[in-house]
Amino acid sequence: MGIRFVLLVNKQGQTRLAQYYAEHLTLDERRALEGEIVRKCLARTEQQCSFVEHRNYKIVYRRYASLFFLVGVDNDENELAILEFIHLFVETMDRHFGNVCELDIMFHLEKAHFMLEEMVMNGCIVETSKSNILTPIQLMDKAS
Amino acid sequence: MAATSSSPSLVDTLFQRSLDDLIRALRSSSSVTEAAAIARALDEIRREIRSPDLDTKAVALQKLTYLASLHHLDMSWAAFHALELLPSPSLPRPRVAYLAASLSFHPSSTDLLPLATHQLRKHLAPSPSNTPALVTPALHLLALASSADLACHLAPDLVPIVSGQSSIPLRPKAIATALRALAVCPDAAPVLFKPLVDCLSLSSEPHVVSAAVSAFCELALAAPDPSPYLPLAPEFYRLLVDSRNNWVLIKVLKIFARLASLEPRLAARIVDPVCQLLRRSPAKSLVFECIRTVLSSLSDHDAAVRLAVDKIKEFLASDDDPNLRYLGLQALAMLGPAYSWAVEESREVVIQSLNDTDTNIRHEALCLIMGMLCESNVVEICNLLIKYAMKCDPDFANEILDAVLATCGRNVYELIVDFDWYISLLGEMARNPHCAKGNEIERQLVDIGLRVRDARPELVRVARDLLIDPALLGNPFLCSVLSAAAWVSGEYVESSSNLLELVEALLQPRTNLLSSLVRAVYIQAVFKIVTFSFISFIKQIQAFDTKSSADRSTAFENEDGVATADKAVIFDSIDNNETIKHESVSHLLDFVETTVGPLSECDDVEVQERARNVLGLIRIIRETRYWNIVAEHELTRDNKISEIVELMEAAFSEDLGPVSTNAQKRVTVPEDLILNENLSDLAGVLGDIDVTPCTSISFSLRGHHPTKSKEDSAPVIEPSSLLAEHRKRHGLYYLSTEKDEVESNDYPLANEPLLPVSHVDDAKDIVKLTAQSFIPRKAKSTKPRPVVIRLDEGDGVSSSGLTMVKEFKDDLLSGAVRNVLLGNESKPSSSHDMSSDRTSQRGENDASNNNDLFSQPNESNALDGREHRKSSSRKSRHHIRHKEKNGSPGNEDTEEKSHRHSTRSSRHQGKHKHRQRGDTLPDVVPQEPVIQDFLL
Repeated sequence: MGIRFVLLVNKQGQTRLAQYYAEHLTLDERRALEGEIVRKCLARTEQQCSFVEHRNYKIVYRRYASLFFLVGVDNDENELAILEFIHLFVETMDRHFGNVCELDIMFHLEKAHFMLEEMVMNGCIVETSKSNILTPIQLMDKAS
Repeated sequence: MAATSSSPSLVDTLFQRSLDDLIRALRSSSSVTEAAAIARALDEIRREIRSPDLDTKAVALQKLTYLASLHHLDMSWAAFHALELLPSPSLPRPRVAYLAASLSFHPSSTDLLPLATHQLRKHLAPSPSNTPALVTPALHLLALASSADLACHLAPDLVPIVSGQSSIPLRPKAIATALRALAVCPDAAPVLFKPLVDCLSLSSEPHVVSAAVSAFCELALAAPDPSPYLPLAPEFYRLLVDSRNNWVLIKVLKIFARLASLEPRLAARIVDPVCQLLRRSPAKSLVFECIRTVLSSLSDHDAAVRLAVDKIKEFLASDDDPNLRYLGLQALAMLGPAYSWAVEESREVVIQSLNDTDTNIRHEALCLIMGMLCESNVVEICNLLIKYAMKCDPDFANEILDAVLATCGRNVYELIVDFDWYISLLGEMARNPHCAKGNEIERQLVDIGLRVRDARPELVRVARDLLIDPALLGNPFLCSVLSAAAWVSGEYVESSSNLLELVEALLQPRTNLLSSLVRAVYIQAVFKIVTFSFISFIKQIQAFDTKSSADRSTAFENEDGVATADKAVIFDSIDNNETIKHESVSHLLDFVETTVGPLSECDDVEVQERARNVLGLIRIIRETRYWNIVAEHELTRDNKISEIVELMEAAFSEDLGPVSTNAQKRVTVPEDLILNENLSDLAGVLGDIDVTPCTSISFSLRGHHPTKSKEDSAPVIEPSSLLAEHRKRHGLYYLSTEKDEVESNDYPLANEPLLPVSHVDDAKDIVKLTAQSFIPRKAKSTKPRPVVIRLDEGDGVSSSGLTMVKEFKDDLLSGAVRNVLLGNESKPSSSHDMSSDRTSQRGENDASNNNDLFSQPNESNALDGREHRKSSSRKSRHHIRHKEKNGSPGNEDTEEKSHRHSTRSSRHQGKHKHRQRGDTLPDVVPQEPVIQDFLL
């Protein structure tokens, strides 16, 4: 299990997308975890590194405008590769929505999930081509 | 209202709010009204979701998913509704259902998913109606929420997708899902593993290979024993050399890092490609992975390590990128003390990192420095760290203290040679203004006292300095340190130089700031000191007595009267010596009596009891005839006094020692003692008293006071201690009452209050630290390490991280995988079996050798053995093939495959290898020419 969870959180600490892989948490645990992570990561400045150790895993995060992309990974995962993955995810959304912003993700949460589904399956990154990721979504858009 | 809410009406359908409406409503609500808005929306959803109209149901589910996922609402109640939508032919609906299910289902909480087994199977089946847009979420759900049963049932349905018979884009996803199925249901391995292995083949599309490599990486990393994956090494090696995909390379490197520990020859094989990647790759992620692989698995290859260290330096030097600096430090920390030269080379950067803005980087730097500590450098590095801790922010200061305490105390102070130094360092730590590690310092002070006899004089000196400083009494964090100091100076009072000063310190007025339990320890220390001074005084007289009585027996013969006069003279001469004087003891007693006196009325029983003990002792002393000795000048033997002295000596003469954590286990239970019954009786007696046992090694001192003292006395002393704290911090705005008090009492101020030091100094200090070297130098201390009492194997080791017992159990999955890849015979057998196996095949292997590309009969003896083993594996491979032929027809494919590989003798070689590990590892020559055949 490489990736344990993907979280999108805005500057105020509100969750905008949450996908957990394999690790099952109850609602309370989830709320507590997200709270802790948000407190830890949002307090950090630009000059500090993007990796935070939390419990028994690492969090790799990156901030884009008002949104924080937080990815929880196993300790042996390659941090820099995960940073690249986050960037790819953002670029993919950007290509689809055009200048993606928090509102796009709020109003199209499903689509964001679909993109993530195309990219990550069972915590493994399975697709890294932007056009491959977006093709099924575009097909669906056309159909509806 | 109840009626409408129970049955969904047409109105609901017509005027249903869409998801967008809901989001807008939530956005427009304030944080106060949001909860109400959500509750209203939930009410709606509960009604709508029961609508017979599927669109209404789908929208309701969509809204619920949104709320559940972002506002942490429970949606398990809607699980069935999600399943209802799955069979719908119109595409958006099953997708909505899948999303809802994958976000909320889990085998541990939802037992409904088996109901959907048939539906999932239908969606996974290769058919034109099952578009990737439908199969992807199905796979996703399966990957997230499948139980063991479900995984086993649906594993065969994954096979066509994994092997690419249906849609190509789905293959990587199916691979990832298959990985999950293998994890929850090892029994699926025979079905799934073969197709997964095929995905690695040359003919597969790049992203299929990538997904397969990720899957194998997960499998190999998760397996307690990754040896079943060794046979795949040639495939991974090919990828390592050929692939241009960084992601694949990273995963392949991870696999090799795991496998290399099993097969030493692998390391020699991969070191070249890894070094090439290290040199050439522009991708930092890949470079870092190479570094990690080199440091963890190729550390025997000096050139590779050198290269990796150079790359680490590049990372460390990247001023603009904290990520690289952080990772660089982490990588250095992987090296360990054996490669101290690497850290030495980057010393300055590491030390500068202690000053970094990023707490994580500082933490890594600290860990790194701590990892480099050894006997010869521990003194200088710890000294500088503790000095540095005085000036940095509270959190990091405590982190430093923590690290120093943990490292120095590790494994019964194995790093410490000079205990005098360490004890004074402990004293210095306690004086750190941010120190919150009082409990650990307390523990170590007492522990060293018990374990290291030679260190006691210094311990008493440091304790005296701590006790005598009135400023420390106001700091609640230091309570426990002071308690340890008081205990130490009472217990080892014989090492003390000035008893009166000590007693004055223990009874100074500001001790009323302490919690009553610590105060009790203080008074008990006074008790011991009084006892000690009295005993020594008496002994001194008695010694004189016996001497003079001997004199007298000689003098008796001559003249009677002179003897008495002589005695007085000799007694005076004793008085003049630097021994204990009658007046000083007398003064001591007076002082104790007047200061402890009021405490006998103290509210707290502990304090009161000890105070009364002390007063009682003084009364007994005063009653003895020796006491007025100076006045009477009459020295007759008094049996009563020697009784008292003997009694008091006996009470304190026993040296307290450390108690092993295992001590209790060694006590044999007397046969006639029935423990259980007695204990159950106790429950009734004790009632609700908390009898939680103390877990650590327990001494009376720290066994109970830290916990209790907080409860009992914190409220009482808090205001005054808070005030003291406040004063300390804002001393500028207070009249200097403290100082007056100090001066009037003539207490020497042990340490000046620390002034905030400017950053200039800070930097200077850091630079000073840079001048130090981590490299272990010849120990220059001439003092030998004092004896440290160690009780047994278990003593103290529990706290060290050294004894990580690695559990090596064969898990189910490895077993299953091994069976698939190697056949049933490949279970690691005992060395006895192996040797007999080998010798029995020695004779037969010539036949099977014939068609091998690399058999060279005339090699040295060492290689000969290897050859034999190799061929024996080939032999057993044949055997397996036969078996498979006899087995089920479904294995046809497997067999074919193994044929293909057998020409290169790749796959089964690996099996062989892990066998060999069992018995011949010690004499393996790591870089042997034969290995080349193995991989290529």
